[in-house]
Amino acid sequence: MTKSAQKIPELICPAGTPASLRTAIDAGADAIYCGFIGPTNARNFPGLNFTIKQMEQSLNYARERGAKLLCAINSFATSPNIDIWKKAIDDAVFLGVDAIIIADIGMAKYVSEKYPNMRIHLSVQAGASSVEAINFYIDRFNIKRVVLPRILTISEIKKIHAAISCEIEAFIFGNIGMMAEGRCSLTNYVSGKSTNMDGVCSPAEFVRYEEDENHNLISRLGEYMIDCIECGQSAGYPTICKGRYNVKHRNGYYAFEEPISLNLTYLLPDLIKAGVSALKIEGRQRSKSYIREVVSSFRKAVDAYARGEQPNIDNLLALTEGHKQTEGAFKSKIWR
Amino acid sequence: MEEEGEVYPLYLPSLPLFLLQPILNHIVEFVRRKNPDIFMRLGPSANKIFLINPTDLPFFLILKPNHLRPSLRAYNNKTIIDHDVYISAKFITLLKLIDAQTDSDALFFNRDIKILGDSEAMVALRNALDDLDDSLAQNLIDSFGLLSAPAGKFINFLTGKPRSKN
Repeated sequence: MTKSAQKIPELICPAGTPASLRTAIDAGADAIYCGFIGPTNARNFPGLNFTIKQMEQSLNYARERGAKLLCAINSFATSPNIDIWKKAIDDAVFLGVDAIIIADIGMAKYVSEKYPNMRIHLSVQAGASSVEAINFYIDRFNIKRVVLPRILTISEIKKIHAAISCEIEAFIFGNIGMMAEGRCSLTNYVSGKSTNMDGVCSPAEFVRYEEDENHNLISRLGEYMIDCIECGQSAGYPTICKGRYNVKHRNGYYAFEEPISLNLTYLLPDLIKAGVSALKIEGRQRSKSYIREVVSSFRKAVDAYARGEQPNIDNLLALTEGHKQTEGAFKSKIWR
Repeated sequence: MEEEGEVYPLYLPSLPLFLLQPILNHIVEFVRRKNPDIFMRLGPSANKIFLINPTDLPFFLILKPNHLRPSLRAYNNKTIIDHDVYISAKFITLLKLIDAQTDSDALFFNRDIKILGDSEAMVALRNALDDLDDSLAQNLIDSFGLLSAPAGKFINFLTGKPRSKN
């Protein structure tokens, strides 16, 4: 197919459990991304993720319904525990997943040399946001797809697409952080656990919620207060980047960014025209109910656009963080 | 958004809790037997104590999900019980939550559910329950045998939604 030919992009959906995976496929996902239990994927939360057996059963479920399974091994391998990441890759290849999502350059080398036929998708965590960076991964590791960081405008994506030979996957809905993706150390700074090396952003073991005498909800990470949410106010995730702080001349200020979710519903046609091959929904940590609603809504939206119709999926606002949504950097370099 | 603090008795008047306990025992035994994977997902959090407070009912529940001896007991609201996790919401919200009809993060964003205490245990419990494929409420209703029809009508009445087996 030539680059000018447009086809309907794949809808890539998250799953934190086998039940979520089945829900996503039944709701219309073309492909599911999920990871093994442990630090090898970037959603290493308590009670989440897949054993090898569950991954195998899930792969069978996907295959029987014509869906793909993409295995996320997308945290950064750290010495001296490299073997944990290598074993996860070996297991994924043995099971026959459709692609492995990789962020770590060492693990990209491991896959490309040991399993040259295995399809590699470059994780958003790798933070590859230029033609030069992406082409490096293509040349050295034969990656077939890049998941772009959420810091590029659609016109920038279009230019990148014209200059690279691999597919582009772009986030369209869910949690969004404005840091250079894959390099956030805020959680590490406070808790000693890393978002990118331990697979946890604000690990639940360090999160505490308390209620003060006025019934305000106080969230803490470790010993640090992140937010004090008054009655009637919407809450966000208990992450440092979305906390409120007392700064010069302002108290209770979102010093980094506000709790908000990405929603690119109305930019889908532009993304498709820009050459995006796969549309990604964030949220492996979210519930089956979220998966069912978001996936089925975007299935309808993508299909509606393919028919030349305008979809209406305003119902997704209720599932957004802080009940707010943004088109982020995809629409403008300034999105606060 | 829910209003917290005051108890508005729902459709259950002052129910003697000793009548409720056999039902709660049945629920725990049913889940333990039918969904053993739930304990794998809970991990070390299976040893935590969860206080579940339906704000519109005159009692609260203490869940101890230890896989060897799981228990769910009801206490009247004046009782004080040590716990690791405190979860409170309207009964119907809690019911929809365990039945995967609603998203817990969205409830949290909207302040329709209150969670205090050990967040790791809470997240583990949420994820463990969310990995149940079928409707837990429907399966429980079915497990009551001859009483399943009235139990189903009661739940449907509470949720305001027709319930099917699929």
